[in-house]
Amino acid sequence: MPIVLIPTPLRRFTRNSSKVLVSGSVVSEIVDNLVLDYPEVQSHLLDSSGSIRQFINIFVDEDDIRNLHQLNTVVNIHSTISIVPAIAGGNLKN
Amino acid sequence: MNQNRYFSKEELLRYNRHIIIPDFGMEAQEKLKKASVLVVGAGGLGSPLLLYLAAAGVGHIGIVDCDVVEDSNLQRQVLFDVDEIGMLKTEAAKKRLEALNPFIKITVHHAQLTSHNALDIANDYDVLADGTDNFPTRYLVNDTCVLLGKVNVYASIFQFEGQVTVFNQINEKGERGPNYRDLFPLPPDPGSVPNCSEAGVLGVLPGIIGCLQALEVIKVITGVGETLNGRLYLFDALTFESRTFNIKKSVDNPLNGQNPTQTSLIDYEQFCGVKAIERKVKQITPKEFVKWQDQGVGVQLIDVREPHEYELVNIGSQLIPLGVIGDQASKIDLNKRVVIMCKSGMRSAKAIRLLEDKYGWANLYNMEGGILNYIDEMELDLPVY
Repeated sequence: MPIVLIPTPLRRFTRNSSKVLVSGSVVSEIVDNLVLDYPEVQSHLLDSSGSIRQFINIFVDEDDIRNLHQLNTVVNIHSTISIVPAIAGGNLKN
Repeated sequence: MNQNRYFSKEELLRYNRHIIIPDFGMEAQEKLKKASVLVVGAGGLGSPLLLYLAAAGVGHIGIVDCDVVEDSNLQRQVLFDVDEIGMLKTEAAKKRLEALNPFIKITVHHAQLTSHNALDIANDYDVLADGTDNFPTRYLVNDTCVLLGKVNVYASIFQFEGQVTVFNQINEKGERGPNYRDLFPLPPDPGSVPNCSEAGVLGVLPGIIGCLQALEVIKVITGVGETLNGRLYLFDALTFESRTFNIKKSVDNPLNGQNPTQTSLIDYEQFCGVKAIERKVKQITPKEFVKWQDQGVGVQLIDVREPHEYELVNIGSQLIPLGVIGDQASKIDLNKRVVIMCKSGMRSAKAIRLLEDKYGWANLYNMEGGILNYIDEMELDLPVY
């Protein structure tokens, strides 16, 4: 089954799992099934129209799905799907 | 001993371990000396970055920062000492770096980088290194680099995770690589992702990521090795896994895509929605809140901080962290006055705006100054953090 890697900011919605197994043959199915398993992820991953939020990138193995076939990008049982959000920390204030 | 055009005898001794590396040598060391780098943010990332760039012999280093050194910086900002608390970070950094390497020039810009000063400040430098802490400045640094044709060595951290890449660099084929807007076309909604001052960060993480950023700056300047141009590096300190992804230019990039629409710097706070959320909310002071309680007014007190903060100190409030308050709004009592609090009053104001926007409720009040102000005003002997 494909592995989905969960970034730190979203782990509190996946019971602190950094990796989850999710079934699906294209990215949209993976996203749908991930949201089914972890409903709180939905509003952080998708906008109100159901599209992936623009500050979140999804990579299948090493490549951005925006450069493949977007949500129709095919995945196989060995694929690793990474969710990579924008993070801004660096010079931290209190 | 042979005379050298660029280096004194002392410098040759100092940089000996660089110069004797076959693939680095005198040529790369000369490039470092001739280079200028602007480090934006002298914080967690800026600390190791500045120390290593100075130690390595980058000839001219600029530092932009407007903060002073605080106690809570010292857990990760290894550039500063206890006796520098209260000093301007730029001044403390300059002193430390000049002591570390007297053969380089340090210029300080004690200012916040803004759309008004960024092009002027950045223009004097070859490379920018972005170690800032917020989305508006991230986009500002990016756009400044794209408009001026400069390389942006980027690093960012969150709790246990770090990202590093090199934006806007020209490759060996003469093509310019992707930039921040290709990777992240739009910023997150304000308040949708907890920032680091709310979520915390392991002190050693900016040390690791800032060193990687310094490495990439040195590679960009010297041309040694392959930089992260067109690749995004991710490090997860919890699992000790790192991954590298391919990133590409987007035809939709407003700065240099197929149909560019942006030719100058913009209002980045507006772009990131920061201004939009600053609508005023109803405020209540801790004393007024206690008065309501004494008068027997029905009040529900909700705390939107993170569980670990709540565990540290709380005043018997109901915990609903900001990140989930939209989904758990049913817990809010519409028949009472609802006072929402956090550490200092910022997150609770965000929560109120979010609930007001979503449900139009009018019974929400922000605890002014958060739990810190409550402890102070009520003169309680509780831990502050």
